[in-house]
Amino acid sequence: MIELRNITKRFANVLANDSVSFKVAPGTIHAIVGENGAGKSTAMRIAYGFYTADSGEILINGEVREIRTPHDAIALGIGMVHQHFMLVEPMTVAENIVLGAEPGSAVSLDLRKAGEEIRRVSDEFKLSVNPTATIESLSVGQQQRVELLKALYRHAQLLILDEPTAVLTPQEVEEFFAILRSMREQGKTIVIITHKLSEVLAISDNVTVMRDGKVVGDLKTSETNAADLARLMVGREVLLRVEKPAAKPADVVLSLKGLSILGRDGSKRVDNVSFEVRAGEIVGIAGVEGNGQTELIEALAGLIPASYITGTISFVGRDITQTDARKRKELGIAHVPEDRHRRGLLLDFSLAENTILGGHYRRPAVQANGVLLDQKGIQQRTDQVIRDFDVRPPNAALPARALSGGNQQKLIIGREFELPPKLLLVSQPTRGVDIGAIEFIHRKIVALRDSGCAVLLVSAELEEVTALSDRLLVIHKGKIAGEVDPTVTGNEEIGLMMTGGKH
Amino acid sequence: MRQILTFSLLFSTIRLSTPLVLAAIGGLYSERSGVINIALEGLLLAGAFTAASVTYYAHSPWVGLGWAIVAGAAVAAIIAVACIRFKADQVVTGTGINILFIGLPAVLSGALFLSSGSTPQIPKENLLPDLAHLLPFLPSWRILTDVSIISVLALVVVFVTRYVLYHTPFGLRLRAVGENPEAADAAGVAVNRMRYVGVIMSGALAGIGGAYLSIGQSSLFTRNMAAGRGFIALAALIFGKWRPVQTMLACLLFGLADALTIQMQGVAKLPSGEDIPVQFIQMIPYVVTIIVLAGFIGQSRAPKALGTPYQKER
Repeated sequence: MIELRNITKRFANVLANDSVSFKVAPGTIHAIVGENGAGKSTAMRIAYGFYTADSGEILINGEVREIRTPHDAIALGIGMVHQHFMLVEPMTVAENIVLGAEPGSAVSLDLRKAGEEIRRVSDEFKLSVNPTATIESLSVGQQQRVELLKALYRHAQLLILDEPTAVLTPQEVEEFFAILRSMREQGKTIVIITHKLSEVLAISDNVTVMRDGKVVGDLKTSETNAADLARLMVGREVLLRVEKPAAKPADVVLSLKGLSILGRDGSKRVDNVSFEVRAGEIVGIAGVEGNGQTELIEALAGLIPASYITGTISFVGRDITQTDARKRKELGIAHVPEDRHRRGLLLDFSLAENTILGGHYRRPAVQANGVLLDQKGIQQRTDQVIRDFDVRPPNAALPARALSGGNQQKLIIGREFELPPKLLLVSQPTRGVDIGAIEFIHRKIVALRDSGCAVLLVSAELEEVTALSDRLLVIHKGKIAGEVDPTVTGNEEIGLMMTGGKH
Repeated sequence: MRQILTFSLLFSTIRLSTPLVLAAIGGLYSERSGVINIALEGLLLAGAFTAASVTYYAHSPWVGLGWAIVAGAAVAAIIAVACIRFKADQVVTGTGINILFIGLPAVLSGALFLSSGSTPQIPKENLLPDLAHLLPFLPSWRILTDVSIISVLALVVVFVTRYVLYHTPFGLRLRAVGENPEAADAAGVAVNRMRYVGVIMSGALAGIGGAYLSIGQSSLFTRNMAAGRGFIALAALIFGKWRPVQTMLACLLFGLADALTIQMQGVAKLPSGEDIPVQFIQMIPYVVTIIVLAGFIGQSRAPKALGTPYQKER
């Protein structure tokens, strides 16, 4: 169907693709795996005409083709679903789908006819999308199906999907895979870019592994396994399983009593939640995203105004319900936010500036006179975080934007761990982070626990919460649906509790 | 009050709103494509000066109008090249154009007419006509006959724009490019080409508005005759939420405020029987603008990509 031959692409000083060659057979699902920055997205963006390769050629159905713009790619039957959706939010589904390939004449746009066609394609692949809805009213999962429809509407035979499951809940992933399989049955070819090995094994027929801009493996999925793929991706042995000794819980550090949190619209996001977290244990919260986890963690970090909160939050025996975020941090509550770009970093500020964020008003960031910044102290603190948390590249003057997701996350974790905290609130610690860094972050969290810190962990990755947590609370619609021992209770049962299926 | 609310207030409102509507709808094309057009003031002046100068020599308002459109489009093309091709800051570029057109007409009129900023008077028969001149068979109701042909054109432009924006592929692409250029690009739309068209359209329409100022409403170009109308048009565009009909209604509101100013001078009295000082009355349109923008601007949602050049990675 499509073949890349010796594709090379250089961005400034970075060789993003180094003579990349591979072949995708028609009617198959082909996975491309690799860590962030391995060059998988670059290769496929070249195939879709978003970038132009410096050298090399692309063959479609055995013929060399020039693809200079997305327009060329579309004409050749290639469609792409980007990691960040390419949708115009205030416009309707139909308007988004026809954009650039409008039916009717130049002076009149026939959206009704388009709507019928969209419904037909939507039914054919069981996508159930309403053409007249606006994009902003749709869930993320539905928006993704609009993206698929957009490609199918243009008669794409080859679909390139860039990290399609990153934004989906476990249930949505299952539905999504079912859609992909039905597309394959109808003769479509699918290329799926991912770094989640379980997904590669679950969905693909063949897999191409990339590392540092090169293809390092081309395998049949049925003839490989997660450990082999991980080794190829990272270039060394990787522990996929978290190694941790049994927890030794000590005194209660965090205690919630009857905590309820209102959303801005007045609805209850967290409903009468009570639990405790002790020093030296990791308490995990499992749940489908949007069931109150965000609000819970933000309320504990002091980021939600007290007027939205009822109930009490106690920290080491002291009521901190009315205490502000800075004071909580001074007391020893560290927060690794779920969205590092929104809450965690100032992307255009340097690593050094980001390292002192939140501690910018006290030592070591400020000189003894309490007024001026202490450049030396900041430099030392930053070097320490960079060294201890293996932030790469190790250059304190770089803007945070220049780092990969995994290294940005390591910087935030380093900053928060250096507090040092008595309680760590950590949300989605490894979202968009490569395998190598995931292993590192997990080890650091366990080490922090073993040093006597209490940890409250929220993650949308069920495997992550079950692997790290000593106790696991399941949240559903803002209520604690139950507490389980993750070493005893299976993922299926936890999954059921997450969707309100069982108490 | 009876002295104020008269038919002439209505005509006056229509007259004063006309250049606002043309400039604001022009701005709509530019801003919907994602390019801030703060230069509407300068574009009005470019159109007004060109229209008056050309009409003076050519003795035909239609030739003057045509060149005003060309001049507006040409100046807008400069903005477009600076902001789209060279990714210059859109506000700074627009401000530069505005300052340029306070001075440039004065220089040119000095060279052409040996005056310091004005063009010579143009005889009445060479001005843009009212409906009565164009369609002599109309019944002689003032509401029909005293309205300028350009006012009618402005109304047509509003409804054509509404159709174009929501019912043609061009409009769909224009809106998409202003909201999410990456998405439009991924869908195969040529983002920067759409933006060039949007910005140049804004110049052409503001050029018509400018022509109306110099050879419709009055009979010569005077220095800085736009007097802030370009900015009020921008305010109307925001108040009208970047939608054609609402923008026109906002222009009518500002036009009404302007008309009231004229009607009330010497008429409105303080309780003590003295006239309200004229300076206070002349403040009305500007005060209305501030109140409207301060009160409503927060509820208005701008095209999301407004003001950001589209940088395609290569």
